[in-house]
Formats: sequence, structure tokens, C-alpha cells
Amino acid sequence: MNFVGKVYKFGSDIDTDAIIPARYLNTSDPQELARHCMEDADPNFPSVVQQGDIIVADKNFGCGSSREHAPIAIKAAGVSLVIARSFARIFYRNSVNIGLPILECPDCIDEIQTGDRLEVNLIKGEIKNNSTGKTYQAQPFPDFMQGIMDKGGLIEYVREKVK
Amino acid sequence: MGMTITEKILAAHADRQEVRPGELLNCKVDVVLGNDITAPVAIEEFEKLNMDQVFDPNRVVIVPDHFAPNKDIKSAEQTKRIRDFSRKHGIVNYFEIGRMGIEHCLLPQEGLVLPGDLVIGADSHTCTYGALGAFSTGVGSTDMAAAMATGEAWFKVPETIKFVFYGELPPWVGGKDLILRVIGDIGVDGARYMAMEFTGPVIDTLSIDNRFTMANMAIEAGGKNGIIAPDRITLDYVQGRNKRPYKVYASDPDAVYSQIREYDVTNMEPIVALPHLPENTKKVSEVAGTSIDQVVIGSCTNGRIEDLAIAAGIIKGKKVHPEIRLIVFPGTQEIYLEALRKGYIEAMIEAGAAVSTPTCGPCLGGHMGILAKGERALATTNRNFKGRMGDPASEVYLSSPAVAAASAITGKITPPWEVA
Repeated sequence: MNFVGKVYKFGSDIDTDAIIPARYLNTSDPQELARHCMEDADPNFPSVVQQGDIIVADKNFGCGSSREHAPIAIKAAGVSLVIARSFARIFYRNSVNIGLPILECPDCIDEIQTGDRLEVNLIKGEIKNNSTGKTYQAQPFPDFMQGIMDKGGLIEYVREKVK
Repeated sequence: MGMTITEKILAAHADRQEVRPGELLNCKVDVVLGNDITAPVAIEEFEKLNMDQVFDPNRVVIVPDHFAPNKDIKSAEQTKRIRDFSRKHGIVNYFEIGRMGIEHCLLPQEGLVLPGDLVIGADSHTCTYGALGAFSTGVGSTDMAAAMATGEAWFKVPETIKFVFYGELPPWVGGKDLILRVIGDIGVDGARYMAMEFTGPVIDTLSIDNRFTMANMAIEAGGKNGIIAPDRITLDYVQGRNKRPYKVYASDPDAVYSQIREYDVTNMEPIVALPHLPENTKKVSEVAGTSIDQVVIGSCTNGRIEDLAIAAGIIKGKKVHPEIRLIVFPGTQEIYLEALRKGYIEAMIEAGAAVSTPTCGPCLGGHMGILAKGERALATTNRNFKGRMGDPASEVYLSSPAVAAASAITGKITPPWEVA
């Protein structure tokens, strides 16, 4: 799976309240959630984000609550991929389960800025910053999780088990 | 080579003799939990599987607590969804308004989570039940859906950090202060993906309510689970509540830890976490005098009877500061009733507090105490992220019930000994 997209960069410890504030959790409609995606981290984000854009963030992205609404909002906003120095555990798990591509890449974060254009091979974990010409190697998914992603998420993965 | 209590519980639920950190396991779950925010998404995913029933209707627990009693029409639709689902699938442990509580106070109280259990909940504070010696962790809605279908979930065996507390616990210092000190020490991702095992002579004598508070906030250090090995205090609490057998596990003396961190509590002061992360901790005396607009006492972190006893003990016979809104949330109806019978509720209402039916309410900025722009709350809750309790330009400070109660009286952050 290859992605090409424009970067929006965020800092450390972006929590799930910043990704989708609880005041909008009285719905789980992806399009409605997308309208408020990242609102408390950057109020302009929902209006400027475009299909295929890439979120790049520093450490512990998605910390806090277990709300799956967070990766759902990001995915529905059109974001193709999230790259972070590290992810909080539940957010990581939720992203795999709903099929939102994510990559952990400690080495590249400092050298990627908002507006850069990235080219990413998800399976190999290869990240190329077309704005600087630099390439990076992220940790690809373990096979087990890639298996879930390949099925399109955990529910499709489980479907065969419960037949 | 020995195993930790976390490794033993995971091994037992995967039919394995031995497991090591890093291994991926498929485990049987004893309990699957969801609430009015996370369960609707889980139900939608579950229904994609076209199954007639959940894996075991006795082991799925659904609690409308976040935006319940319904704060608006959309919330009413969400609780209706989980109520209808619970009726359709014969979910025995769906708790209706008037009988419900804040989920992480309610499940232990009802004996639904027990020592040695493996519990997943679509709520990050599901780690609370580690206080009973269970492996218990937060997951998302899709994991909840998959577990409702299969009774199973996958896990990576975490490394364990052992936290040893020794010394003599000073007056006004409790579980909230211990866990805030740990989070201040290791940071909000200091235990990311890891098990946090709390031990030592201080833990050995710590009450079950204080233990719940500590395990509850393991997630605020990024932990996968917090856990305390069961002892007499645990079993006294569980006795009479359990409706099924349980198993007590303990770490082997030669268990392997990724880190061992020791804390002398003897000279500790109550701790306050400043905006906008729980790791921004200070001693209460360092932030004394900070002005506040609202005080919240309650939540899955500090809404238990001992918390209310401490708060009422400080507040009784005094008045809440005229410029302060004090809002109190007992964790469950049973806790509420006990607090009523013991005079805690009366003392707080006479002082000028608002007392609410159990709800997560203001803790996550849902309802029942939202902050306006520029306002500041002191809360016994667990998170102080930007905008957590309302406007993105509002602020939340975190503390124990003792500090919160004292501060409600003076109108500014105050060490409890200055008021009590």
C-alpha cells in the first residue's frame, strides 16, 4: 500500500480529547466526528485537511481515553496515514482494528514539517520526504497485525472465526 | 525463571504454562464492559457479524454512565441503543438509571470483576480492577465487539514495572497522591504498553478504595494495566460480593521486571497535577493559593465511600466559599446511600455543595459542571487535558478528595491541614 500526501505536524502527547473532544461524543457518525477532528489541537484542521493528507506527530499520540471515535474521526476526515514517534497503546490497537494505517518512526519526526510531501510504502515501512529528499525506515507492522489490516479490520478478521 | 502476576493471569487465560513479555496471545476474557459512548459503536460492529447471541450474556456488562442520565436527545438515542441491545441479547448486567453507577465503581461493588480475572472494557479506566488482582485493561469498541462475539481478545504480554512504596504514610496523603507522584516521576508515557505492579509495605496496609484509585490511573502513565496482588484486604472486599469462584495469583520472587522503582512516602505531601497533563505534578504547598472557580469530588478515581468520608470530614460544619461551585458525584447508588446514612451527604449539602446522581458527567466535559472559557477547576478526577472539562481555554487541576474539600472551603488550592 502506497500513500502520497501532505503533512500536518503535531506535537507530543496529543490526547484523544484533542483528537475528538467529548462534547461531540453524543454521536458516532464518522462524518460528523470528522467535522471536529483535531479541533482542540488546531481549530483550523477540520476545514483545511484534504483527502490523502498525513498526520505526523511526536511521542505518545492518542493518549487518554479509549474512544474509537478518535481514529474514526481521523480516518473519516480523509487522513490516509498517521506517523508518530510513538503511539499510546489503545489508540494503536484501535487504529489497527478499524484499519487506519499508522507507522511508528522515531527517526523521521524532527525532520518532517507541516506542508512537506511524503511518499510512504506501508508494508515495507518506507517513508520518503519528497520535500527534503530524505528517506526513513519505520517499523513495519508485525505479521499478526498486518493480517488484521489486510482483512480490513478486526471484525472481518473475526468473521471467519465465528462462522 | 518466575513470572509476574500479570504474566500468570495472561498465561492462565491462554491455556499456557508460561508466557514471556513480547509474546502475542489469544486469551479468554472473563468480562467484557462497555458504556453509553463506546458500546453503541461496538454494537454496530457486532451486528455486522450477524450473530444471534453474544458469547455469554452473563459476562457482558453495559453501563450507561457517561452522558447519562441523558444530557440531550443524541445521548438519549445512544443509551436507547445500548438498552435495546441489552434487552434483545438478555444482557443480565445492564444497569438502568437509578441502579447504575460509574462503571469502575459499580463492577467491583457488584462482584462482577474478581481476583485473577481477565477483563477488557471499552473504557480506558478499565485498568481500575487491577486493584483486586485482576488483569484488566481498556480497549476500543471494535475489540469489545469482537470479544462479545468470541469471548476472546488478543494481547501482547507486557513487560512489568514494579513500584515499591515504603515508609510511613503521612496524614492527608493517600492513593491519589501516590499515583500522581508515580506519574509525575515517569511521565504520561513512562509505562507505555507496560504492566504497573504496585507493592511494598505501604500498599500492604492501603485500603481497597485507595488501591482502586491507584490502579485507575495506571493509564495516565500509559500503562496497559495496574495491578496489586490480592491479600486479606482484597478478599475482605470481595467476600460476599462474588457470585462465582475466583483465583488468587501473586508474582514469583524471581519474576523478571523491566524496572523496579522505589518510593519513600514518609515525607510526602499531597500532590496536585497542573494543566494540561497529569505528569505536571507539584506538592500542594507549592501551588497553595491558586484561585479556582469549581471543585469536583467524585468520578471513577475518587467517588468511593472513603473519598466521600474524607471530604465530608473536612467540610462538615463549614461553608463552601461563596465564589466556588462544589459538585459531588458519589460513584454508585450504594455509595450514595451509605454516604447519606453516615451523614456525609447532609454535611456537604449543608455546606453548600451540589450532590449528583452517579455519572461521569463533568470529568470528561460531558455535562453537570462544564467550565466556561478561562475558568479553573480543582477535581479529584483523572485527566486534566486541555478542554477536558469544557472550553478549550479552561483549566483542570487534579488532587485528592482531601485537598479538593479544603480548597472548596477557602476558594483557592489549600493544604488540608490548614482547614481541618
